[in-house]
Amino acid sequence: MASIRLQFEIPGKMKTWSLGLIGVGLVALVFGMITKGFSSDEHEQVHFWGTLMYNTIFWTLVCNASMFFICVTTLAMGGWQQSFRRIPEAISTMVPIFGSITFAVLLYVVLSDKHHIYHWLDTAAVAKDPILSGKAGFLNAKFFIIWTTLTIGFWSFLGWRMRQLSNEADIEAMDHETGKNFIFRNTVRAALFTVWFALTVGSTVPWLWMMSIDAHWYSTMYSWYTFASTFVAGLSLIALWMVYLKNKGYMELTNQEHLQDIGKFMFAFSIFWTYLWFSQYMLIWYANIPEETVYFKHRVQGPYKGIFFLNLIINFLCPLLILMKRSAKRNYTLVTFMAVLIIFGHWIDFYQMVMGSLMKESVELGWLDFGILSFFVGMMIFFVGRALASKPLIPKYHPFLKESVIHIV
Amino acid sequence: MAKKKFVVGCFDDEEVLFPAVSKVRTAGYKIHDVYTPFAVHGLDHALGLRETSLHTAGFIYGITGTTTALSCISWIFTKDWPLNIGGKPHFALPAWIPITFELTVLFAAVGMVLTFCYISQLAPFVKKHHFHARATDDLFVMVIECTDTTNAEDLKAFLASNGAVETDIQIAEEGWWLGRYDKEEMRFENKQIVAA
Repeated sequence: MASIRLQFEIPGKMKTWSLGLIGVGLVALVFGMITKGFSSDEHEQVHFWGTLMYNTIFWTLVCNASMFFICVTTLAMGGWQQSFRRIPEAISTMVPIFGSITFAVLLYVVLSDKHHIYHWLDTAAVAKDPILSGKAGFLNAKFFIIWTTLTIGFWSFLGWRMRQLSNEADIEAMDHETGKNFIFRNTVRAALFTVWFALTVGSTVPWLWMMSIDAHWYSTMYSWYTFASTFVAGLSLIALWMVYLKNKGYMELTNQEHLQDIGKFMFAFSIFWTYLWFSQYMLIWYANIPEETVYFKHRVQGPYKGIFFLNLIINFLCPLLILMKRSAKRNYTLVTFMAVLIIFGHWIDFYQMVMGSLMKESVELGWLDFGILSFFVGMMIFFVGRALASKPLIPKYHPFLKESVIHIV
Repeated sequence: MAKKKFVVGCFDDEEVLFPAVSKVRTAGYKIHDVYTPFAVHGLDHALGLRETSLHTAGFIYGITGTTTALSCISWIFTKDWPLNIGGKPHFALPAWIPITFELTVLFAAVGMVLTFCYISQLAPFVKKHHFHARATDDLFVMVIECTDTTNAEDLKAFLASNGAVETDIQIAEEGWWLGRYDKEEMRFENKQIVAA
C-alpha cells in the first residue's frame, strides 16, 4: 500500500471556508440573541429559540446517523464500507459537540419555563387539562432533562467506544484469532449502540424534543419519520465527504462501486421517508378527527403550504426520479448535487416540523435560519476535517478491508 | 429459426474460463453464449455484453401501472359512479395512493418477469437446445458460433489449448421452438456426448 495516502491534510481553503461560515453564523447568532432571544416579545423569543432548536436537533441527529450507519453495517457483517468507514467515524465525532449545544439549548428552554414552546411546562395549565395531566408522567421537566442527558451522553459514549475499537485496525496485521476476536468485540459494541439508538431516536427522543411542542397531539409514526429524515440526510453527508476526499486525491480504495451503494441507500431511504410521511398523513386525513388534524391544518391549508409540498418534491420526487438510474448513482457530480439537495430538503422538513408548530401564523424563513444553518455547516466542516486528519484515512489492517477493495455492485 | 453450426468448449474452472474468453474474443471468434452452473461475477463484462435494458422496461411498466390506477380510479369516483365516502371530496387522492402503489408494483413485477422470460427464451411448452447437460452441474460451457470462414477443427484445437476439457461440434437450433422435453425427440442432428 505504498501509493496510498493515509494522512489527510486539511487544505487551507477548507479552514478559511469553515471559519468564514462559523463567523457568519456567530454574527447571526449574537444579533438574533440580542434582537430576538432576550427581547421581551414572546413571539420573537419563540422564533429565536425555535430556530436554534430545530437546527441543533437536526445536526445532532444527522451526525449521529453516521454512527448508526457504522453500527448497522458492522452488525450485518458488512465489508464494503471498510474502505471509507473513517468518514462516518469522523462525522460521528460531532455528536458530543452538537449534542452539548443541543443539550444547552433544550436545558435553557426547559429551565427558563418557555411554555410558549413546550406548553406542558405550564404546570397550572397542565393541572386543568385532562389530556396533558395524563401525559404528565412523560412530559415533565425532570424526566425531560434526565432522559436528554442520558440520550446525548450514551450516544457520545457508545460512539466513542466504537471509534476507539476502530483504532486497533491501524496498529498491525491481525491473525485469524485476533481478527475474529476483533470482529466479535465490534459486534458487541455496535449492538449496544444500536439498542440505545432504537430506544432514543427510534422511539422516545423525537417525541420528547419535537413532538411535544404540539403537546396535545401525538403520532406514533413521528419518531420513525424523524429517524428516516435524519438517516437519509446523514447518508448524503457521508456521500458528500466521500466525493470531496476523492476529489482531493484521497480514498484510493473507494470507487464508484461504493458510491453506487451509498446512492442506493439515499434512494431507498428517501422512499422509506416518504412511506412514513404518507402513513402518518393518510391515517390522519382519513379519520379526520379534529385533535389529530390540528397538526396538518395550517401546514396543508395555511401559510406552510408551500414548504410542505416543496418538502415532498425535494425529498421524494427528486430522489425517486433522479437517483433511480444506475448511471446516476455512479456519477460523482449528480450524487453530490442530490446529496446537497437531500440535506437541504430534510433541513426544510425539520423547519416545518418545529416552526410549523411554533409560528402557525406566518413563515419567517430568513436570515436567522440561514445564519444558524451556516454556523452548523461551518462547525461540521471544521471539526470533521480535524477528525479526519487525526487518524489514518483507511483502517489498513481491518480483517474485512479486502472485501471492500474487491467490492463490485 | 435457423440451424447453425457451433463449436462447444467445456471448462471445469472459472479461473481457466476467463482467460479463455478473452483469448477467444481477441482471436476474433463470435461467442454465442457461455452457460455456467451458477452466476459468475464479471463474466458479462468479460464477454462484452451490453448493460441490460430490463430495468428501463420495468420503469415503463411501472408508470403504466401508475397511470392505469390513477386514471381508472379517478374516472370511476368522479365521473362514472361518484360516492360520498365519509364526506371526503370525490377526488380523494390520498386514499388512492396505496392502490396506485400496488398497481405500479404489480405491473412492474409481472411485466419484468414476462420480459425476462421472453428475452431468455423461457416458457412452458417451449424447448431449447442444451449444448451440454453438465452446464447445470459443474461445467462452464462456451459456445462459439461458426461462420463460413471458421475452421471448426482449428477452433476445437484452439479451445483445447486454452484449457477446455471437452470440445465438440454441434449443429443446432439457436432459438426456441414449441414442444415438450418429455415428449419429443431432440431436434438436432449430432447428439451431444452426455457424461456416462
